Amino acid sequence: MGKIILDVKGLTTKYVTRFNEDVYAVNNVSFQLEEGRSVGIAGESGCGKSTLALSLMGYYFAPLHYMSGDIIIDGNNITQRDPNDVRKNVLGTEISYIPQAAMNALNPTRKIIRFIEDVVRAHEPKASKKDIYDLARQRFEVLNLPESTLHKHSVELSGGMKQRTVIAISTILSPKVLIADEPSSALDVTSQKAVIKMLNDLMDLGFIKSMIFITHELPLLYNVTDDIMVMYAAQVVEKGTANQMVFDPLHPYSKGLMGAMLVPEEGARDIKLIAIPGTPPNLKSPPTGCRFAERCKYAMPQCKVYTVEYNDVENNRGFRCLMSENELREAYAKEGSQ
Amino acid sequence: MSEKRQLCLSGKGVTKVFGHGRKKTVAVNNVDFEFYSGDLISIVGESGSGKTTLIKMLLGLTSVTDGEIFFMGKKRDIRSRKNKKEYWNGIQAIFQDPYSSYNIFSKIDTVLLDCINMRGGRRFPIKKKIEMMREACSFVNLKFDEMTNKYPFELSGGQMQRLMIARIFLLRPKILLADEPTSMIDACSRATILDYLLKLRDEIGMTIIFITHDMGLAYYVSDSVYIMERGKFVEYGSANEIILNPKADYTKQLLDDIPKINNPWEFSRNRRPAETGAS
Amino acid sequence: MKSQLKQITRSSKFMTGFILIFVIVAFILIYPLFNPGNPLEMIGLGTFFRPGTYVSVYDSLNVQRTYTLRLPEAAANRIDGKLSYDDRESMRDWLIRYGEQEGVAGLTYEEIDTYDVHALLALWWEHYTTDVFIEGMITADRRLVARIDSRVERIFEDSDIILMMYNYETGEYEEFGVVTATDYVNIREVANTIWLPLGTDNFGRDVLKQLVSATGASLIMGLIAGVIATIIGLTFGLLSGYLGGIVDDILMFIFNLFTVIPGFILLVLISFAIGQEQRGMLTVAIVIGVTSWVWTARSVRSQVMSLRNRDHVNLSKLSGHSLPKILVRDVAPYIASYVVMAFILQVSTAILAEAALSMIGLGPMTTEQATLGLMMNWAMNFGAHLIGAWWAYIPVVLVIATVSFALNLMNTGLDQIFNPQLREG
Repeated sequence: MGKIILDVKGLTTKYVTRFNEDVYAVNNVSFQLEEGRSVGIAGESGCGKSTLALSLMGYYFAPLHYMSGDIIIDGNNITQRDPNDVRKNVLGTEISYIPQAAMNALNPTRKIIRFIEDVVRAHEPKASKKDIYDLARQRFEVLNLPESTLHKHSVELSGGMKQRTVIAISTILSPKVLIADEPSSALDVTSQKAVIKMLNDLMDLGFIKSMIFITHELPLLYNVTDDIMVMYAAQVVEKGTANQMVFDPLHPYSKGLMGAMLVPEEGARDIKLIAIPGTPPNLKSPPTGCRFAERCKYAMPQCKVYTVEYNDVENNRGFRCLMSENELREAYAKEGSQ
Repeated sequence: MSEKRQLCLSGKGVTKVFGHGRKKTVAVNNVDFEFYSGDLISIVGESGSGKTTLIKMLLGLTSVTDGEIFFMGKKRDIRSRKNKKEYWNGIQAIFQDPYSSYNIFSKIDTVLLDCINMRGGRRFPIKKKIEMMREACSFVNLKFDEMTNKYPFELSGGQMQRLMIARIFLLRPKILLADEPTSMIDACSRATILDYLLKLRDEIGMTIIFITHDMGLAYYVSDSVYIMERGKFVEYGSANEIILNPKADYTKQLLDDIPKINNPWEFSRNRRPAETGAS
Repeated sequence: MKSQLKQITRSSKFMTGFILIFVIVAFILIYPLFNPGNPLEMIGLGTFFRPGTYVSVYDSLNVQRTYTLRLPEAAANRIDGKLSYDDRESMRDWLIRYGEQEGVAGLTYEEIDTYDVHALLALWWEHYTTDVFIEGMITADRRLVARIDSRVERIFEDSDIILMMYNYETGEYEEFGVVTATDYVNIREVANTIWLPLGTDNFGRDVLKQLVSATGASLIMGLIAGVIATIIGLTFGLLSGYLGGIVDDILMFIFNLFTVIPGFILLVLISFAIGQEQRGMLTVAIVIGVTSWVWTARSVRSQVMSLRNRDHVNLSKLSGHSLPKILVRDVAPYIASYVVMAFILQVSTAILAEAALSMIGLGPMTTEQATLGLMMNWAMNFGAHLIGAWWAYIPVVLVIATVSFALNLMNTGLDQIFNPQLREG
C-alpha cells in the first residue's frame, strides 16, 4: 500500500439556495487516495459529485459552505484555514482543479506563457522570466505539446488544444492532487482521447501524484482511473477498483448504473438494459434510512428506518447497504437465473 | 425487416447554407438518403456535423437551400399552412432537452390536448379527451390524474421525456425524428426512455430516425446507421456493418477513440489480461 | 409563479418603491375628499404668499368672545415678530459706526448680540440720536435707521386700540369696541381662516392642492405614454425577433433610425410641429409614448431571438399552431416579467419627459389642469426662484424625484428577482 496523499474524513458541505434552504450536497464523505493512483467519481447529475470536487479544494465561497470534516493532503489539514492562505499555499501546489469549461477561462488578449508566469509568480514571486520559460518549455515538451503554443493566444488554439494547455498550466507547479471535473465532456471524442492521454502522462511522469476524475460517462471513467467511487444523493455508495466496479458491482445502484452502459462493441446489442425507476431524493429533506431504498428492488422494510453506514469489505473496497456482500450476490444470482 | 420495403423519407442533394458572401457556412452539404418504413435509423455525428440542421430541414422548420425531400414517395410541398399541418401529421419530433421542450407557463395537459386537437379531436366530448390522455400517460407509465394540474418544472427530466413519448403516442405520426432524446437525462432513466420508444414503434408501426452522437447508443438501438461528418454522410449501412466493420477512415477513427469496456485504450491502466473474466 | 410572487414581496427594494408609489397615489385620491374644489382656483389676490395659516382680520375683530390672557412673553414675541433680523443687523451696524466715530466703548461687533433683543434695545435707546452725523453712511441707510427707530418706539406703545365704525345715517364715527394688548380670539371662532401649507403660486393658487392634482395628472400621462410605448415596443420587438429575415431587417432599420436621433429632440420637434392649440394632455402623452418605445423593442427583440430557437416553440409549430397563438402562448409569457420592468421604467421616463417638455414651454397647453412640468414652468416664468419663493418649485421637484426614484427602485427590485446574475448573496 502506497503513501496516502489525500485523506478525506467525514466531509460535509452545504449549499444555501436563494430561498435560504440548506442543501447538503456532500454528506459525510470519507475516502483515501494513495500516491500514484487515480479515483473516478461517478453518479447521476445532482448527486453531489461536482460539489465534492469544489469542496475538496478547501476554498469555500458563497453559496457553498463548509460544515464539518477534514481534508488532509500529505499530512496537512486544509480545512478551516483562511481563504487567502488556502489560495496562496494550497491551490496550485497542493491541489489543482480543472472545471469542464476550463478552456473558456483563458483571457483571449494574453499569450499562454503569461498565464504560466502568473501561476508560477503567485507562489515564487522572484522567479525570473527565463526560468519560467524553461520550465514551461520542458513541461510542454514531455507532454507532447508544441513549444509554439506558448507564444499563441487562446483564440488561435482548437478546443482540445486549449483544454490540454489549460491542464498543462494548472499542473505547472506539480500539485499533489489534481481534480478534473468532466474535463473532456465539451470536446469531440478524438480531442477527449488526447486530453485523457495527457492526464495519464502527467500521472506516469509523476508531475501529479494522484488524480480525482469526475464524469457521468462510465465507459470513459473505466478507461481513465484505477478506482471508481459511485455517489448517490450526496453520499458515497460504493468504491472499488475499476474492474471490480464495472464487472462486479455490489450495491444495487452501482449495479443499475453499470447495467445502463452502452458501448459500440461486439455483443453490446444483446445485453438487456437495466432501468432504475424513480428519481433521486430531494437533498433539501433527504429520507431517513437508506437514501436509495425508494428505488431499490431489494429494499426491505428496515432499509427505510436504519441509517446505513459505509462498510469496508476489503482494502479499497466498500459499499453502503444493509445487506452483506454474500446476500447481495445471492440476490443477483437469483435474479439472473430467472 | 419486411421484404417489400417502402421508402418513407428520402432526399436528393439536400443542402443548407447559412449566411452569404464571406460569412457563408455550409451546414449540410449535398446529402442523399433513403429511409425505409419501419426501420430505426441512426444518424451519428459529433457536434457541429450538421445533424440538427438536417432534422430541422426534414421537419420543415428551416428552409432547404437546395435539393429535394421526398415524403412517402412524393415530393414534399409545405408552402401553404394547410400542407404544413398535413405534413406534420405524418412527421413529428422529440427534442434533446426536455427542460426546454415545455412551455413552463402552461399546465402539462395542454401539451396532450394540443395533440388531440391536431388529430382532429377538437370536437370530442371532454370525457373522451380525458380517456385518450389517460391512455397515453399509462402507456409511458405516468399517472395522468397526478399530472393534470402540474407544471412542467415539477417533473423530473425522465418524466418530461416520457410525456413527450406520450405526446407522440397521441399524434401517431408515420415518422419520428428523435434528436438525442436521452442525452440530457441520467443513465438510469435512459433505458426506460429507449424501452418506451421501441414499444411505441411496435405499437403504431412508425419509422424512427434517431439522431445521436453516442456510437454505443446508436449501435444498441438501430437497424441502420448513417455516419455524418461536416455536413456529409461518410458511410451508411446496417448497424453491425458500420460498427463492427467500418470502412470509412472517419468512422474507424471515431470508433477507435470512443472509450470501450472490453477493449480499453492502449494507455489505460485497466487493460486486462484476457483470462480475467466478467461476472 | 407563486415563488416569484413571494420573492417580489420579499424584495426590500421593490417593496420600498411600491410603498412610496402607493402612499403617493393614496394621497392623490384621499386629499381631494378633505379639500374639495378646483385646484386651479385663484384664492390669493397677489403672487407667492408664504406658507402659513391665514386668518381673516375682519372676522377676528368681529368674533363673539374675546379672551383676556396674560402671556409672560407677549411683549418679547411682539418685538421678535415686528423687528426682523435684518432690522436688528442695521441697528447693530449703526451702533458700531457710532461707537467708532464718537469713541464710545462697549459698541463692538462682539459685544452687541442681535439675538438678545432687550439688550440691543437698551443700547439703542441709550445711544441713538439723529443729531450725530455718521460719516460714510449713505442717505438711504440713514433713512432706514430712522424708520426703524420710529417703529421701535411704536412697539412699546401697548395702549388700547379703539375701533370705530362709520355710521351712514349720522355720518359720524361711532366707537364699537376696544382692543387691548391682552385681548385674544380663538382661531376656531374666526369665521374665515385658511391653512396654506405650501403657500400660493404666482396666480394666488393653493400650491399643495395644485401639486396633488398635478401629480395625479402626471402619473396618468406617464401611464398612458408607458402603455403606448410598451405596446408599440412589444409588438415590433416580437415581430422582429420572431420572424427574423427581411421583416427583422426592415424593423431593425427603423429601430436604428429612432436610436440615433436623440429622443428628446424628436420629442421637442414633434411637440412644436403639433402646435399650441392641439397640445392637450393626451396628445403630449401619446407623443411621448410614440418617441420612447425603441428601447423596449430592442430588448424584447433580443429576448425573443433567443426564445425562438427553444424547443417548445418548435414543438408548438409542429403542433400546427398559428403565428399569433405561438407568440401569445409560447413567447409572450417568457418575456412578461421583462416587459413589466420595461413598462415601469417607461412610466418613469415619460413623467420626466413631460416635466422637461413643459419646463421649456412645449407641454400640454391647458388652463384646466396642472401637471408637474407646468407647475415648474409657471414658477420659472414668474421668477419664483429669483424672489425666493421656494414653495412654488421645491415641492414639485421633490415629488418628481420621489416618483421616479420609487419607480426605478421597483424596476431594480424586479430586475434582481428575474435576473439571477444580479441577485445578492
